[in-house]
Amino acid sequence: MELPVLNANADNTAKGGCSSHSCGSTDDQLSHLPEHIRVKVHNHPCYSEQAHHYFARMHVAVAPACNIQCHYCNRKYDCSNESRPGVVSEVLTPEQAVKKVMAVAAHIPQMTVLGIAGPGDPLANPERTFATFRELSEKAPDIKLCVSTNGLALPESVEELSKHNIDHVTITINCVDPDIGARIYPWIFWKNKRIMGREAAAILIEQQQKGLEMLTARGILVKVNSVMIPGVNDQHLVEVSKVVKAKGAFLHNVMPLIAEPEHGTFYGLMGQPSPSHEELQKLQDACAGDMNMMRHCRQCRADAVGLLGEDRGQEFTLDKIESMDIDYAAAMVKRAEVHAQIARELEEKEKARAAVAEVKAKLVGIDGARPAADTQPVLMAVATKGGGVINEHFGHASEFLIYEASSNGVRFIGHRKTTPYCEGGDTCGDGESALDRTIRELAGCEAVLCSKVGYEPWGPLEAAGIQPNGEHAMEPIEEAVAAVYEEMRAAGKLTPKLSQSTRKVA
Amino acid sequence: MALEIIETCVNCYACEPLCPNQAIYQAKPHFLIDPDKCTECAGDFDDAQCASICPIEGAIIDERGVALNLPGSLTGISPEMLAKYQAAVEATYQAALENKTR
Repeated sequence: MELPVLNANADNTAKGGCSSHSCGSTDDQLSHLPEHIRVKVHNHPCYSEQAHHYFARMHVAVAPACNIQCHYCNRKYDCSNESRPGVVSEVLTPEQAVKKVMAVAAHIPQMTVLGIAGPGDPLANPERTFATFRELSEKAPDIKLCVSTNGLALPESVEELSKHNIDHVTITINCVDPDIGARIYPWIFWKNKRIMGREAAAILIEQQQKGLEMLTARGILVKVNSVMIPGVNDQHLVEVSKVVKAKGAFLHNVMPLIAEPEHGTFYGLMGQPSPSHEELQKLQDACAGDMNMMRHCRQCRADAVGLLGEDRGQEFTLDKIESMDIDYAAAMVKRAEVHAQIARELEEKEKARAAVAEVKAKLVGIDGARPAADTQPVLMAVATKGGGVINEHFGHASEFLIYEASSNGVRFIGHRKTTPYCEGGDTCGDGESALDRTIRELAGCEAVLCSKVGYEPWGPLEAAGIQPNGEHAMEPIEEAVAAVYEEMRAAGKLTPKLSQSTRKVA
Repeated sequence: MALEIIETCVNCYACEPLCPNQAIYQAKPHFLIDPDKCTECAGDFDDAQCASICPIEGAIIDERGVALNLPGSLTGISPEMLAKYQAAVEATYQAALENKTR
């Protein structure tokens, strides 16, 4: 029996109307968006799990100033080995930023999106941010522009934002209740004064909500980011999700708090815990009932360059771009060719998937009278380089995609980063601790699917309850996950859903 | 009567556009205040603007050398917690060094 592949909207699959690949991808956050929004975001790597394997994005750090303080941010911190929002190595002038963007766009023609995200708040640096947007709209009209903000200065910026080629704005909204806000934001700078505590949070929340309404009223797409802070706003984010959806936000991205003591943030030093993978997933699922959820955010640095999860910023430092001579007119032609080629490739994939799905639907029609028993969902990790297939060695993966298989089908849950267990043949000096870390990151998963997995990690993985599986190399991910789930069912490894399960969870 | 920016400044630019006297300017290794132009915002604002947006405690001092934003006043992180932070940074650094030499 074949399993359908679920989109976030389970109703579709229950009726069998949207079986596996007819919806085309694992992008549960995209597949049930209205068509006019899908058209706008289909080639935006941050909004589509599939697009991010093909299209690249970059951030330019032109906005150093911030008008608020968040307890998860430390403005002193700057390290090129760090990958998290708000962190950046080199602040650029608008002129330098434009030059860098055009250099990257010419060298990485897959780059479709330029974002300004910091390291401070872009709208607290309106002159620098808008000078960059203005010039790019003019010189590189084939690049989509987007901006993310804490929202404090948003209402006064909406007019200017709507003038440029900006159709996406991200607002970080961690709460709609000032009492909760007072535990996240120690102060804001507002009307020439520093305002502390609850009063500060109340003003910030009011500005965020007002800005959200103004943007959606103008047809500008708004994504909402929220940082999940256990014990502070975790329960509350379900309410946030409802409120922002009602006001027209098209996507909600709940991200885990990053709070290591060595980052020197308030939360880091106070020992504020980050959410576990399971807690994050539970909250995302709770929010998903009301909102399109984003599952594959990689929480990039404010100067990230390249595909999500990679950073090629070092190839485009100031001294390097100084010596680059860019013919943008020629680059635009090349870029258009590359984009068209990717579009064709995606379309062909889509067709192939639809054809497979059709055949399957017929098979299910024959076999469908005998529904599978309702069994517990299982999490599986997948090693992939992209393209929707299992094509990465276990030891080379720097991240794993997590899928959930259940009697209802297969759905994409998120990703987990790790250090590659073994970067190559015999240089595995640090291999053992990297393996331990990977096993810890994969907690809760019962299988790991990869193109190849070595003898060495096999035993420790099995001992940790994670079955290594290299039998589905080069197969489409969802089908392989569904097949492994069926194998587990056949082997009697799945517990019925209603029984008291002793299955381990993340 | 003038304020001063000291070496803990992280060059975030936040203060520069707010100064009513254009007394703040970018310099290496950090932003500076022209003491001849600075009025501490007297007559323009109730609070010195640079010190009201500066995220770094202690980075802006008055003529007596007193910080306008005292330790713990902005981040909520007490000096004791800060010491713990510095120890953690040092430990991370040492661990990285050991990894390299290994």
